[in-house]
Amino acid sequence: MLLGPSLALSAILFSLGVAGVLLRRNAIVLFMCIELMLNAVNLTFVALAQLHGASGYVMVFFVMTVAAAEAAVGLAIIIGIFRHKQSVDLGNINLLRG
Amino acid sequence: MTSLVWLTVALPLVGFLVNGALALRRPGAKDLVSYVGVGVLLGAFAVALGVFVQLWLHPPHTPIIVDLWRWLPVGSLQIDFALQVDQLSAVMLLVITGVGSLIHLFSVGYMKSDPGYARYFAYLNLFVAFMLVLVLGSSFPVMFIGWEGVGLCSYLLIGFWFSDKVNADAGKKAFIVNRIGDFGFMIAMFLIWQHLGTLTFTGMVERAPAVFSPGTGVVTAITLFLFLGCTGKSAQIPLYTWLPDAMAGPTPVSALIHAATMVTAGVYLVARTNVLFSLAPLSSMVVAGIGALTALFAATIALRQYDIKKVLAYSTVSQLGYMFIAVGTGAYASGVFHLVTHAFFKALLFLGAGSVIHAMHHAYHATHSHADAQDMRNMGGLKQHLPVTFWLMLLATLAIAGVPPFSGFFSKDEILAAAFARAGDHPIYYLFYAMGVVAALLTAFYMARLITMTFLGENRTGEQERVHLHDAPLVMTGPLVVLGVLSVIGGFINLPPFFGGGAWLEHWLEPVTEPAARFFGLEMPHGQTELFLVGGAVLVGVLGLYAGYRATLRRRTPTAAEAPDDTGLARVLNRKYYVDEIYDAVLVRPLIWFSRIVLWKGVDQRVVDGAGVNGSARLSRGLGWLGSRLQTGQVGMYVVLFLVGALWILHTMVR
Repeated sequence: MLLGPSLALSAILFSLGVAGVLLRRNAIVLFMCIELMLNAVNLTFVALAQLHGASGYVMVFFVMTVAAAEAAVGLAIIIGIFRHKQSVDLGNINLLRG
Repeated sequence: MTSLVWLTVALPLVGFLVNGALALRRPGAKDLVSYVGVGVLLGAFAVALGVFVQLWLHPPHTPIIVDLWRWLPVGSLQIDFALQVDQLSAVMLLVITGVGSLIHLFSVGYMKSDPGYARYFAYLNLFVAFMLVLVLGSSFPVMFIGWEGVGLCSYLLIGFWFSDKVNADAGKKAFIVNRIGDFGFMIAMFLIWQHLGTLTFTGMVERAPAVFSPGTGVVTAITLFLFLGCTGKSAQIPLYTWLPDAMAGPTPVSALIHAATMVTAGVYLVARTNVLFSLAPLSSMVVAGIGALTALFAATIALRQYDIKKVLAYSTVSQLGYMFIAVGTGAYASGVFHLVTHAFFKALLFLGAGSVIHAMHHAYHATHSHADAQDMRNMGGLKQHLPVTFWLMLLATLAIAGVPPFSGFFSKDEILAAAFARAGDHPIYYLFYAMGVVAALLTAFYMARLITMTFLGENRTGEQERVHLHDAPLVMTGPLVVLGVLSVIGGFINLPPFFGGGAWLEHWLEPVTEPAARFFGLEMPHGQTELFLVGGAVLVGVLGLYAGYRATLRRRTPTAAEAPDDTGLARVLNRKYYVDEIYDAVLVRPLIWFSRIVLWKGVDQRVVDGAGVNGSARLSRGLGWLGSRLQTGQVGMYVVLFLVGALWILHTMVR
């Protein structure tokens, strides 16, 4: 139940996440915004699982697992970049330009 | 026995493989090479003799096909690798293996001290194998294997002493000029397949009369393209220029390939496809005309050559012209007859010249002189020093000059009589007859000149060299003696009724020439006309010999070193009418210019290298540069692009 509000909340959270990724320069914040988007999607799964059965719940677990793995790798990369550059500002990270 | 005919091809091929392996591993094992090289030829000759005897005892009316394996099954085109044994191929088989054996034997002595001995015999064996494929092939494609194979061997043997650039160039010239002829052969082959739906000779004989009505355009085109092939292989105008240059090879090679066998392949081809030529009177006229022109033209050049092999080379071109007069007038048996007798006496002349050169070379080698061992002006009076060679070459000279009863007399007389007889159909054959008679006169003249300059008069070799001149060893003179006997009696295989003979060869070949005889029959002259023709031929031959002898002996011949340059007409003849120079200016140089400026600098460097290879590299590098502009290294940029992309995908999927 509360399907409409749930989906609306999910959409708002996802949009916030996208806006954060697009606008913020700090790698940690950007990372948190990605997590926000993932969880917005999780919320959608949970909400729609009420209509379509348990597979939505299962999917949420998968997303959480991937998110955890991603967090581990992503944070490690950010730490590595910080050690190297003493900064996590995305404006300074442009070594891979063509 | 006929089913074993493949052995005649296989044995020389085995010889090639063994000698080729020896040439690579043990070039010094000359005894083994000699035994293998000559042995396989004698074996092939024995098989050929067996095949011939069986054919003699049971003459078949249709050819015996020995099917070996299916070669090219392509849709409706089924080509078997099959050999055809009939009266014509049996004669060729005997000539090739017989004369070939003798020349192989001669080579044992002639090439004894050559470092490339094993390689030489490997090539020579391979040549015989291909030549036998050529005459035994039962269809055009199988024949074409032999046709190309002998061309390859000819190239390899002309350029045998390839460290000298002149020889290598002569080999290339022979190969390239022959390509032009082969082009004609292939076009003819395609046309035959298109119109007859078969490529076998038996199928051709069966279908051609039904499909082609006499004198139509297609059959004329086919035969003219076939004849283009013949002009290349058999050194006729306009493609004859390679043969005199081919004398750069070892002399036994000139005897075997460039006189007795390979160059007669064109005559064989016309005789083999006689049914087509008989359906195309215009082509036959062209064949006879080119033959007559070549016979006369080459004979005039031979008048003023000083290199003994060059004289014989132009003589060969001239005699091949005779054979084409014969097959062009529809006297196919006479053409083959002259082919056989010519193989005997011309092989003898070349081997005799080889014997002379061998002696001269030996003498000059002993005194470290650098004079030309092949220039007849340096010879003279060799009769005392090389008596065996002299007498045998004299026999061959009488044969080629057409003195009765030597072999060349009968065959040449028959050709002239045939041309005269054909003139009843078309008066232009009178012209061909007249050209043939004049060529016969010139033939006798230049041969007498050759003998006189080489063997008679005073010796011009030099005081110190003279003591080193002597006849060749038995392994070389033996084959000469056999060929001498054949040159004398060879004419009796086709002794005409006029001389009390039975015209054996003509009757023997009847099953092969019979299809042509229906459309292009020839009524040979009889009685008084025949007497007149024979008398004229003899008169011309004797007159030419005497004139050549007198004219050469009358004045003292200066040696090559002190001889003044020829002037006037003699100079033109000595320089071979400048044909090589004209070809060079008109064809070779423009072609080189075109290849260099247009094809190399234009097409290859600009289009292929510039636009093609470098162009595509430049294009992909440009596109890569454009793509790399997107790689800014800024994560934000990537995110925006990613978002745009994701939205676009979403948009297309939802819509």
